[in-house]
Amino acid sequence: MLTVLVIGALYFIAGQRVALALRSNNAGKLHSLPHYHGVWAAVTSALPALFVLLTILIGKDLLFQFWARDYFPEDVMSGDTVDRAIALAKVANVINGISFGEVEPWVQAAGDAWIRWNANAIVVANFLVLSVSLVGGLLGYRRINLAFRSRNYVERILTWMLIGSSLVAILTTIGIVLSVLFESIRFFKLIPPQDFLFGLEWNPQFEGAERAGSGGGTATYGMVPMFVGTFLISAIALTVAIPIGLFSAIYLAEYATPRIRGIVKPLLEILAGVPTVVYGFFAALTVAPFVKSVGESMGLEVASESALAAGLVMGVMIIPFISSLSDDVINAVPQSLRDAAYGLGSTRSEAVRQVVLPAALPGIVAAVILAVSRAVGETMIVVMAAGLAANLSFNPLDAVTTVTSQIVTILVGDQEFESAKTLSAFALALMLISTTLALNYFALQIVKKYREQYD
Amino acid sequence: METIVSDSMVQNTNQVEGRAVPEKTLGEIQVDNPRMTARNVNVFYGEKQAIDNISLDIGMSQVISFIGPSGCGKSTFLRCLNRMNDTIDICKVDGEIKIDHQNIYDPAIDVVSLRARVGMVFQKPNPFPKSIFDNIAYGPRIHGLAASKVELDQIVESSLQRAGLWEEVKDRLDQPGTGLSGGQQQRLCIARAIAVSPEVILMDEPCSALDPIATAKVEELIHELREQYTIVIVTHSMQQAARISDRTAYFHLGKLVEVGDTKQVFTNPKHELTQDYITGRFG
Amino acid sequence: MTDRTYQRLDPQQAAERVKASINLRKRKETRFLWLGKTAVAIALGFLVLLFAGILSKGIPGLFQYYVTLDVQLDARQLDPSGQMTVESIAGGDFDGAILTSLYEALGNPEGRKAKREARRLISSGSSQRLMSYVLDNPEQLESMVSIQFAVDDDVDTFLRGLISRETPEADRRISDQLIGYIDALEAEGRISYEISDYLFFGSASRDAEMAGIRGALVGSILTLLVCIVIAFPLGVATAVYLEEMAPKNRFTEIIEININNLAAVPSVVFGIMGLAIFIVAFGMPRSIPLVGGIVLALMTLPTIIISSRAAIRAVPPSIRDAALGVGASKMQTIMHHVLPLAMPGMLTGTIIGMAQALGETAPLLMIGMVAFIVDVPAGVTDPGTVLPVQIFMWADFAERMFVQKTSAAIIVLLAFLISMNAAAILLRKKLERRW
Repeated sequence: MLTVLVIGALYFIAGQRVALALRSNNAGKLHSLPHYHGVWAAVTSALPALFVLLTILIGKDLLFQFWARDYFPEDVMSGDTVDRAIALAKVANVINGISFGEVEPWVQAAGDAWIRWNANAIVVANFLVLSVSLVGGLLGYRRINLAFRSRNYVERILTWMLIGSSLVAILTTIGIVLSVLFESIRFFKLIPPQDFLFGLEWNPQFEGAERAGSGGGTATYGMVPMFVGTFLISAIALTVAIPIGLFSAIYLAEYATPRIRGIVKPLLEILAGVPTVVYGFFAALTVAPFVKSVGESMGLEVASESALAAGLVMGVMIIPFISSLSDDVINAVPQSLRDAAYGLGSTRSEAVRQVVLPAALPGIVAAVILAVSRAVGETMIVVMAAGLAANLSFNPLDAVTTVTSQIVTILVGDQEFESAKTLSAFALALMLISTTLALNYFALQIVKKYREQYD
Repeated sequence: METIVSDSMVQNTNQVEGRAVPEKTLGEIQVDNPRMTARNVNVFYGEKQAIDNISLDIGMSQVISFIGPSGCGKSTFLRCLNRMNDTIDICKVDGEIKIDHQNIYDPAIDVVSLRARVGMVFQKPNPFPKSIFDNIAYGPRIHGLAASKVELDQIVESSLQRAGLWEEVKDRLDQPGTGLSGGQQQRLCIARAIAVSPEVILMDEPCSALDPIATAKVEELIHELREQYTIVIVTHSMQQAARISDRTAYFHLGKLVEVGDTKQVFTNPKHELTQDYITGRFG
Repeated sequence: MTDRTYQRLDPQQAAERVKASINLRKRKETRFLWLGKTAVAIALGFLVLLFAGILSKGIPGLFQYYVTLDVQLDARQLDPSGQMTVESIAGGDFDGAILTSLYEALGNPEGRKAKREARRLISSGSSQRLMSYVLDNPEQLESMVSIQFAVDDDVDTFLRGLISRETPEADRRISDQLIGYIDALEAEGRISYEISDYLFFGSASRDAEMAGIRGALVGSILTLLVCIVIAFPLGVATAVYLEEMAPKNRFTEIIEININNLAAVPSVVFGIMGLAIFIVAFGMPRSIPLVGGIVLALMTLPTIIISSRAAIRAVPPSIRDAALGVGASKMQTIMHHVLPLAMPGMLTGTIIGMAQALGETAPLLMIGMVAFIVDVPAGVTDPGTVLPVQIFMWADFAERMFVQKTSAAIIVLLAFLISMNAAAILLRKKLERRW
């Protein structure tokens, strides 16, 4: 990698010097400034070489995985994908020099072959990259003359690079969609979708036992408990956040002096800036025991990780979302409407309640929907403060778990990418993404639809 | 050869600046039966003085128009009459403004009830994004003017009738007020103001955003309304003032230069500034 | 044209009714106002509660109790081979040296049980500390030096007053005998309450008194570095393209929709994608700042793009026209004129994006940065963890001292965030231009 850059730099210098020489010798007009010529030469050398390097680096492992199969014995090849993955893992151990005792001969052979291929690949890569950069640079260099419009070429290359970086956003989305979709489909091959979508029990931990045939219980993958859990905690959060957020916004927008507004608004923003892990810690350490003791003093039965505690803290986190967005929307209502209301003799609260708020309503509804989306996607608070028990309950004093919390639990432990348990996390993620994207889409539609109201 | 700025214009501007605005308002400030009186009113926007010691009577059941060049305080003074300036933080008003011999700043009078007695129509029509019915009904509802739904309907209908809008909208009272044309919207706003049975209606350049036909309709309306309401109208158009008002007040740089019968002000102005403005020497 | 037969509400009547309504309406107004004030007060109250809780637990976490012992550094005991290297010293008997001085300070307790209790006074990491001391100060061999060692976390908890003497001995984690020893040392003035150097310079550990955030801090810095190196250029480039060069066609629309969607995706999902693509498909190792940085970069990209676009849009068109008028090409206009003027806004947006990334936990959990890492990562490809994940892991441990250290770590994290946001605001204020 370094050599490529060095060669590129050399070509830059060479190209620039040639251009400068041309300019002074011929007293004529160079089309482009010398440094453009330099950049041109450097780019023709470096870009193709980098491209080759990247392709080899990424491609070689994929290729080797494929070739390694030749070493696998019959039973592994005819077995299912789990066995193949295990086989690959064993080979990987050999490559990395980790030994766990006896190693089967074919694994050792595969591992040795892999190491050989890798060494060869590195040699090939070095050679290719070096030659490409040298040749490419030379070709570019030779084109430099008075009339050569290197600036145009360089700028066009720059433009393509800009377009390329814009594509990263699309690539990311594709990456997310593909990775989640792929694994979800594999999951749905193992577990029928209806069971997942409508099943009322979530017990993936029996999966290992089931495969081992120990008869400890069957694994079920009904996601309804998680959905209900997410719904319950989000509902509690919104019950806290909407009144507080909305009335704060009304106060700040309509009643507060600029001085108070200037102090309070940033303070509320701080609530939005606190990392969710801190909220989670606070929820688990302070709020949950508090809720439990208050509840028990009232004679109620409260879990030590109640949905109420998690929902309360999540609500606090969401307050600035609602207050900030609502504040913007309320301020956007034209002053002429307020003037009309005051001119008719309204008190301020009447003007706000009957004129301003109805006018701002679409925006406020959109803000609420966005807040819901945030609540649904929130992870750390629920992981730390809500339970892990997939309990189907609407009681805020119980411990429930959420979609996000389950995803974390499953993927942070041991992962076997062939087991339904690991794959179920992806199916859950699929549900999560669909929900949040749908919510955001609705919010956007509402704003668009009602925008014509007073324009 | 055309010059963009003619010499005489430059001369005139200099003369305007050179000419002193009178300390004392010319013409008849007082009327026999005033609905509202203003004495020694000064208005400041922060440090800047917008209204300088103005005294004026508003006559009952009359139309009085405020004319004058841009930025000379007509709208500011108008907004004093219903304390709309209260909504602007940096605005300070002192002096005495009375309605029916009661100071409008008297704590015994709530600004809410003042504004129910002194209504306002704005320059750009501003109907609420509600139905036509709800637009008109808004005022009566918040003030509790209607004892029953039937009464409310009656108030809405009569307001729309008096604004000359009833025939046009009676079949679509539940449609949004913002769906009407510009002229209709302004008449809607007038109807809305009428619905709370005010004694005085203030109008701030009500026709400046309207086309000539709509303007004509509104002017006709004002003509009819004058019998039951006292109307104060700020206008940029002298022709309009001449057409519809009984009295005219000429404002200049925050001072009241002259006030009197419209006919007299327009045909025989007492002050040079008034004359210059009317004849179009500046504006 | 107008019909006069309709009823009219007499102005007098109207005025009466208005007056009647005023009191009720005034009360409603006051109530409404108080609703607003209360809401703000509650919200701010939560804020205060949160910070008070964190500070009250965290500030004590910044300190620790130490016991000062006079240790005789015997060369033969500590460095038998005499070479003074890390490997040779590893064979030395540091525990013995420490225990000797400890027993002496306690008046040479008799019997195995007593000695065992005495040993519980001091942290198990003390030998490490002595080892590093000897390596750093080889000239001190053969002399007696005073060194501060951390007390064991149970002792620390006791000294803070969180374990009471009143509790029966069976329920306590500290025996009466141990309390006796502690009192004795205190009487000699050997116990001190200092800023915890373990917190800041130690790495993760299962022993509360030794646990520190150094590894996590370094990991966070490395991860953020990777993140900014990737996200800033890409984000700026995308913003420049979208604002200055993109034609208004379907393709551009798709890009913009994508960016807005990405901004709305929960952070966990980015982690899942990182897991599935970078770790499983590409075979990159887990738990390294490189992968973490890439995932965070993709997450922060929409934020940077959106704020950069706003910054670019704020540059008046007249500047662009002027540059083009002098004969600059589109690209030169952008590079030489628009970008420098938009840079403050872009930097502000980036700093805020980085602050958000610093506090992210979920996506990094997904790519495996949960491992119990003891070594401080030296580069972006060494296994490491980040501060929020460290906090998350510590939050599970029940010992009181861990609670305090976790809160202290939170204080450190919040301090970083506050300074980053303050820097962004200062930058914005200082470089704000009024066109």
